[in-house]
Amino acid sequence: MGAYFSEIFLGLKSLFIGLGITFKEFFKPVVTVAYPYQTIKMSERYRGHIELIEDEEGNPKCVVCGMCERGCPSGCISLASESVEYEVEVKGEMKTKKKKVLTKYDLNFTTCSLCGQCVESCNFGAIKFSKEYNLASSRKEDFHFDLLNRLKERNS
Amino acid sequence: MSLTILNALVAVVAAIAFAALNAAYLVWAERRGAGRIQRRPGPNVNGPLGLLQPPADGIKLMTKQLMIPGGADKALFMVAPVLAMAPAITSFVTVPFSDTIVAHSMNIGVLMIFAFASLGGMAILLAGWGSRNKYGVMASVRAVSQNISYEVPMLITVITIVMMSGTMNLKELVGAQAGGIWNWNIVPSLSSPLMPVSFLIFFICSLAETNRAPFDLGEAESELVAGFHTEYGSMGFGLFFMGEYANIVIGASLITILFLGGWDCPLGLFPGVWWFLLKIYLLIFSFIWIRWTFPRTTIYGLLNLSWKILIPISLFNLLLTAGLLKVF
Ligand code: SF4
Ligand code: SF4
Repeated sequence: MGAYFSEIFLGLKSLFIGLGITFKEFFKPVVTVAYPYQTIKMSERYRGHIELIEDEEGNPKCVVCGMCERGCPSGCISLASESVEYEVEVKGEMKTKKKKVLTKYDLNFTTCSLCGQCVESCNFGAIKFSKEYNLASSRKEDFHFDLLNRLKERNS
Repeated sequence: MSLTILNALVAVVAAIAFAALNAAYLVWAERRGAGRIQRRPGPNVNGPLGLLQPPADGIKLMTKQLMIPGGADKALFMVAPVLAMAPAITSFVTVPFSDTIVAHSMNIGVLMIFAFASLGGMAILLAGWGSRNKYGVMASVRAVSQNISYEVPMLITVITIVMMSGTMNLKELVGAQAGGIWNWNIVPSLSSPLMPVSFLIFFICSLAETNRAPFDLGEAESELVAGFHTEYGSMGFGLFFMGEYANIVIGASLITILFLGGWDCPLGLFPGVWWFLLKIYLLIFSFIWIRWTFPRTTIYGLLNLSWKILIPISLFNLLLTAGLLKVF
């Protein structure tokens, strides 16, 4: 009989403790971020899809060495380049030299695992993770990113 | 003659309007309250403070097609939501909001409200049975056993009160408690020292009777999809919903009338309808508060609570009060 009443009493007490906790929470400020209207800053280590880094003139830093393409375990990077001739002054003489210029940097984000191999393997510091997370689409083509184009759009 | 018909019409329209308005805005209050307890804002986009959310929800529900599942018992399926709503509204007829605001003061008001409240269980049974859905049937079986087991301690408590005040008229019940908080039934008196316990029992039973969490086993989403209203969409669901909230208002009004002195002021000053409304909305707030604090019980826990704890204690209280009334 004593156990019966003590069980009722303890049960009731625990219920009131619970009510006390929720009552206190009721008056605490709201912690919601009203997402489309408010956003929070992404953390330093957040990994969005990769993007190209530009040099001082706004051109991609990439020298088209192809290390990222080869390093990617999922094969989602594809590059293309062309060689252009340019003139430099060496010891008072004008000489023509050749260099590779990036013409295409495609990322197939549908298979990217955000492993970071590409960023790791780039010796020229030409790619980084973006902080982009507003990605939603019902068509997979929307996740094939033309990074060169994105860089241009960013600059314009 | 025509005046009485007009009176009746006005009373009915007022009751429906009060019930519907309460149902709509209690949903809003519930969602805002739930939000605050979980530290989120709740509906806040439509209108200031989200106050236009209920009309938007109403329009959405009303414009949807009412589907009747194949193999369902059409008549029962259609009757059930109406049966859930109508008794709740009818009960408002005899609820006295103040000394003068009462549609029809009946000598057996308490009895009438309980009679109509049991119809709510019927509505749930018909809904589950008529929709030919195994979850619905399971839910309605649960809800009925729950309603039966909680009506017993509830009625025993009511008998205790009726014994003390010697009337079943809700208005006279309040009148017997007039004159300040020490006259209210919740305060232990010489003839019934266990009144706070009775109040607690009645409160728990009203939660269970209105199928509110933590006793919402009739619509346990985690086990039964949506329980008895699994197959209901559009306004069929809307009526169940409104019925539930109207029942909550009725429950809160009953608690106020039976235990908290109705429209009486705690200090014995300015009695009036505002005290009544204040009390029922405080009670409704505590219903919401409880719902968002406790997890759902199991069906065994629920029945054990009623048969092993509430019924013995309320019976004991009844006998004690009967004995003491004889002595004093
Ligand atoms: S993060 Fe990994 S998977 Fe994605 S592109 Fe870079 S190397 Fe490929
Ligand atoms: S590893 Fe760096 S520099 Fe080389 S192709 Fe990739 S992005 Fe360009």
